[in-house]
Amino acid sequence: MAVLRNGVPQPNEWIRVADDQPLPENAKVIVSVERWRSEGERLRQLNGALGVFLKSDQSPLLIADDLHRLSLVALEFPKFTDGRAFSYARILRDRLGYKGEIRAVGQVLRDQYVFMLRCGIDTIEPPVEKRVEGYAEALREFSVFYQPTGDERATALQLRHQRKAVAA
Amino acid sequence: MYRYDQFDATFVRERTAQFSGQVARRLAGELTEEEFRPLRLKNGLYLQLHAYMLRVAIPYGELSSQQMRKLAYIARRYDKGYGHFTTRQNIQYNWPRLDDVPAILAHLAEVEMHAIQTSGNCIRNVTADHFAGIAADEVEDPRIWAEVIRQWSTLHPEFSYLPRKFKICLIASEHDRAAMRTHDIGLRIVRNAKGELGFAFYTGGGQGRTPIIGPLVKDFVAQEDLLSYLDATLRVYNMHGRRDNIYKARIKILVQALGAEEFTRQVDEEWLRIKDSVLKLPEAEVARIRRYFAPPDYEKLPVYVESFEDKKLSDPDFARWIRANTHDHKVDGYRIVSISLKPVGAAPGDITADQMDLVADLADTYSFGEIRATHRQNLILPHVRQQDLFEMWQKLQGVKLAEPNIDFVGDIIACPGLDYCNLANARSIPVAQRISRRFSDPKRQAEIGELRLNISGCINACGHHHVGHIGILGVDKKGEEFYQVTLGGSSAEDISLGKILGPAFSYDEITDAVEAVVDTYLDLRTGPAERFIDTYRRTGIDPFKEKVYGSLKERRSAAE
Amino acid sequence: MANDRTVHQMVTAQWLLGGESIYWTGSAWSESFAEGKVYADQAAADAALAEADAFVKQRKIVGPYLIEVEMDATGPQPTSARERIRAAHNATFAIDHGSWSGRIAD
Repeated sequence: MAVLRNGVPQPNEWIRVADDQPLPENAKVIVSVERWRSEGERLRQLNGALGVFLKSDQSPLLIADDLHRLSLVALEFPKFTDGRAFSYARILRDRLGYKGEIRAVGQVLRDQYVFMLRCGIDTIEPPVEKRVEGYAEALREFSVFYQPTGDERATALQLRHQRKAVAA
Repeated sequence: MYRYDQFDATFVRERTAQFSGQVARRLAGELTEEEFRPLRLKNGLYLQLHAYMLRVAIPYGELSSQQMRKLAYIARRYDKGYGHFTTRQNIQYNWPRLDDVPAILAHLAEVEMHAIQTSGNCIRNVTADHFAGIAADEVEDPRIWAEVIRQWSTLHPEFSYLPRKFKICLIASEHDRAAMRTHDIGLRIVRNAKGELGFAFYTGGGQGRTPIIGPLVKDFVAQEDLLSYLDATLRVYNMHGRRDNIYKARIKILVQALGAEEFTRQVDEEWLRIKDSVLKLPEAEVARIRRYFAPPDYEKLPVYVESFEDKKLSDPDFARWIRANTHDHKVDGYRIVSISLKPVGAAPGDITADQMDLVADLADTYSFGEIRATHRQNLILPHVRQQDLFEMWQKLQGVKLAEPNIDFVGDIIACPGLDYCNLANARSIPVAQRISRRFSDPKRQAEIGELRLNISGCINACGHHHVGHIGILGVDKKGEEFYQVTLGGSSAEDISLGKILGPAFSYDEITDAVEAVVDTYLDLRTGPAERFIDTYRRTGIDPFKEKVYGSLKERRSAAE
Repeated sequence: MANDRTVHQMVTAQWLLGGESIYWTGSAWSESFAEGKVYADQAAADAALAEADAFVKQRKIVGPYLIEVEMDATGPQPTSARERIRAAHNATFAIDHGSWSGRIAD
């Protein structure tokens, strides 16, 4: 399944490896937190990029000390109504200063896509049955944002006062 | 009042277009009902017993006459000629069609209105003291901060998929007219020792199945830190609130489980990391919003108006209405007028399109075009000159909106109940109607005095029964409606939760039971100055229990 | 007697567009409760409910479920206050519509 970056489908270069599967060499692999903990040493010797998958009840604080070794953190959305990972993404970016890729995996609906980007998520893996074009459309729905979240989008408040400063 | 600038206006248009797209995708089969449901709820659209229901947001209860006329237009064109004001200062329509909702939203957007976050597991439309800006006892106008919160909470990217709904309420006086401590976050604007304004946070209150009075978790948060403290609170809740059990998912359960102290420690820990970030509120923005709430051009009026005083002396009905339905305004010569949406035998909170139009006209003629909705399902014309009151009262009488019963037993809060609501177990409105007819004599009501009677048709407590002086809760017993009575609740600054009187009453017994409670109070009170709630607190529940079940037994045996 | 009591059931749902309560007649949906087909055995009721799913997929109806009904001389009757109110398509009290008499056409 392709992943979406800025609404554009891209090939998925990452392989999610189940806990009981052998680890491929020279590949970009995503493993569970549990496997990362028990086999971290071996994983680092595989010459590939590493990613960790956080289930929706696993806070990024669990891997806070390892983030510099990780090129990707995948956040699970087991149901689209489970919004914990929105906060996890913000903690990764704002509190932990994580600069690598954050990916949303699972039940990610187009109506949540802008929210995800605004919270610091880079790529999403939408469910297979969904029209991917819809996600790109969703990114064009809003031009006004109220909350400052640390992403590059200007808020209504910033625009208001910028405009005034220019006028003055 | 607040007016949209180009950003607010563009935003609401974009949101309307987005929702229209969601409806189109539902109708085209791109969204299942399961997926559409949370999306429609975030836009206030429910599927009820007979039809869809659309709940329109009235942020902190403030409405212009122009907006009220638009609400009337929508009621006529897309509904059945009426609407229903709710306990969260919103209005809901009971009969819209799904395919009409995009058009309704487009009409609302024309007058700077919408249905955003009037339902769903997100931060709900913010409520505030309905006397904001006109009460002499406030330290600050809470509407300014309610507007700041409205903007911050609107389509919040991080907090739109919370464990459960999240309600915020703001007051700025010691006197609580907005049931502040029954909210997920109740905010009271206070002054600290240095004289600076800030917010006391009462977090983790709520009604529903597990009623909890919100504990004070933080006695002072500076104004500039309001948004960062809200963000920190919501982040802790979003991550740690329970998602495995819908009945344990509100923030109150988390606060109880952790203890208020530990909860506050976790919030503070998060807050200290973000308080000096982009969330810091710039003074310029607060000043911009504050300008919208500048007082209207009040006239300099005499305190004593002879014609007004004469009318009160010559017309006892008018005098009764003035006593019950008007309050002191902070400006001399003006009064705050409450329009009771509880005429005898009516559905509490309901208003016809014709009445909406008249209220809009009265607001234009007598009250600077301003209207408020209250959490007790009434309306307010905030600034009426004393010399205009008699004329205005006559016009209200013409459309059955002059019931002199504010805060009396007839001023009943009632949810829509089983007549409309998909969640209800029992009817609320017909029970309210029967009680209101039983106490139809305005003189008797005035003699009984302040008595807040709240009715919920199910344990979700939309009708605030836990905090009614008398609370009635509808329950289902094998498909039949029964009613449990609680006594001693209050939602004001002396907040308390009601205690169950005893076994539930049938639909046919409940009116008699309420009357027996009231009669018991009249027997027990030390004098007219002792309110129902005061008597109850002095005597406890036992004398009420004895009398009510005693008289019920007599009635039952007489019937046999 | 309680042991061999026959349970009578109907399939009910709501129109997707208007939300009105509707009843399965065996071949179509009707807003009239009286026209609803009564199933006396569970397997037949379950089969009818499964059939309703096709209408959900076609976006005609929403939320089908089974309700128990009581048979009397005049036909099936709802057994709960909730279903009585749904079947009546209205509140149980007189609604004040003011001067309104019908939705205004475009």
